[in-house]
Amino acid sequence: MNILRDLFKDYRFLLSFSILLILLALAVTASFCPYDPTLTGVVPRDMKPSAEYWLGTDSKGQDVFWQATFAIRNSLIISVIAALISRVIAVLVGMVAGYVGGITDRVLMFLSDSLLVIPLFLVLVMMSMLVREYMNLFILALLLSVFGWAWDARVIRSLILSLREREFTKTAILSGTGTVRLVLNEYMPFTMPLIFSTVINNMAWAIGYEQTLAILGLVNMNIPTLGTMLNWAISYQAILLRHWWWILTPVLLSVFLFVALYWLSVSISEYLDPRTRTQRVGT
Amino acid sequence: MNFVKRYLIPRLIQYLLVIFLGITAVFIIPRLLPNDPVNTMIGVMQARGQQLEPGAIDGMVTSLKEMYGLEGSWWEQYVAFWGRLFRGDFGVSFFQFPTTVNEMVGRAMPWTLGLLLTATVINWPLGNIVGGLAGYYSRKPWSRVVDTIAMIVRPQPYYIFAFALLLILGYAIPWFPVAGGTEIGRKIAFNWPTIKDILRHSFLPALSLVILGGAINFQTMKLIVQNVNAESFVQYAKLGGVTENRIVGRYVIRNALLPQITGLALSLGQIFSGALITEIVFSYPGLGGLLFNAIVNGDYNLIMGITVFSIVGIATAILILDLLYPLFDPRVRYT
Repeated sequence: MNILRDLFKDYRFLLSFSILLILLALAVTASFCPYDPTLTGVVPRDMKPSAEYWLGTDSKGQDVFWQATFAIRNSLIISVIAALISRVIAVLVGMVAGYVGGITDRVLMFLSDSLLVIPLFLVLVMMSMLVREYMNLFILALLLSVFGWAWDARVIRSLILSLREREFTKTAILSGTGTVRLVLNEYMPFTMPLIFSTVINNMAWAIGYEQTLAILGLVNMNIPTLGTMLNWAISYQAILLRHWWWILTPVLLSVFLFVALYWLSVSISEYLDPRTRTQRVGT
Repeated sequence: MNFVKRYLIPRLIQYLLVIFLGITAVFIIPRLLPNDPVNTMIGVMQARGQQLEPGAIDGMVTSLKEMYGLEGSWWEQYVAFWGRLFRGDFGVSFFQFPTTVNEMVGRAMPWTLGLLLTATVINWPLGNIVGGLAGYYSRKPWSRVVDTIAMIVRPQPYYIFAFALLLILGYAIPWFPVAGGTEIGRKIAFNWPTIKDILRHSFLPALSLVILGGAINFQTMKLIVQNVNAESFVQYAKLGGVTENRIVGRYVIRNALLPQITGLALSLGQIFSGALITEIVFSYPGLGGLLFNAIVNGDYNLIMGITVFSIVGIATAILILDLLYPLFDPRVRYT
């Protein structure tokens, strides 16, 4: 409880926490939606925001507010799945590379460096073009997680490298602690905060790429996400027709979501350890 | 000799390995997946309402297979693939049929290079200098203001940021053109109206890349400088009566720049991806715009060509940065 109280003293934490809470509430509201989100023509088209349609309606005959709730929910689902799976890869690679060292370390770091260097966007486009017909939320999340671990594996590795040199590692090994137990019991507590902050950053990264791929029409366009919503708005010429409520809803929601995720991660990791500042840089 | 062995050779090996790995991935990925590109192609053509006779389909399958290099065993295909790459032959585009991929990439490349270079040349020094000063004078009000702006801009992905800029400065306040690299139908010539036109069209895409890239450089530089500040040589310089300006300019920023050069090399791939995405937002005629058309048309050959060119280009750019690095860091030169 003390931790929370201290965190709330940071205005960035307070603000980002509140925004995320609101967005989460919206995502939960999606379950109470009176319409099927994939159906079109359920409400009158192109209505301005009013008491009945809070955020107006779009040219497909859908209620923008309810679409937005589904969009947030699905975008968050993708990002959470992608972040969790890629965390497993990042933690494994980082810990093995850092702890085992030698050739293993070099091979793993070469792999992650290559992933960092290659223009990922193009690889993701190629991949999603080929799995287009199987595309759903989970496949997309899987795709993002396979490519989204490289930087964080590096960060975790450098932390493990410094832990390995500490006194308590030698004490543990000399007193007969096995490698697995050493890593799980002794190292995990140190790495947890770092892993947590990389989870949040990775979620933002995944949502950003989901949007980009959705704009290119490379995801399943019938599932509402922040990206597909924007794509529909653009392809129905919502900008030229000045349907600002339709186009601005996904844009503003995304801007707030990204700021909230970033500020949350920054404030938490600064609270936990000011020295991780330099390690967080560059993600 | 030691320098060559410890610095140069590992870099060269890394360069070749990255290209090898990247291109091998481009070769393997389409072959790992259950649907083969040839059927997808034909499916796309039929979906666009082209009537194909069964006989014509068979002929098409063979020619497509030849084109994609899908004849023979995997190993033969792989060798043939590299052979074609070394000859610089990426085949022809599907949807602009006789035009070769090389020609299309060649036409788009100057636009992307121009945009990317301009944006980097502006945002890297700008972000670093402002970041360095803000890190050194981190208690001043202006430093906090810039920091807050960077905190809002930094997490935005390239697409959303560019799109927001387009909405504000292209539609809401229509100061700048919203799409394209020049006005429609303008012939590219080296004269003032053309240059002015290109500059006007490139302004928003460049601005988007400059602000986003600048915010990242600003933040990393600020953090590094704050750490350098705590080092004893800065304290000694202060105690020794060296002026503040000299400390910031000559000692602190110079020291902090080294990791920033490494950072630039490491993030070049991301920056390039970002430039492509920004081009898509502004329908800019560079590689991003080309990629967008290729995706819409399902032109797999063209996408593969763009990807291979980009991998080689970026790996080379990083190698050049790595080779220049010893000029900045004497410690590398003398070990």
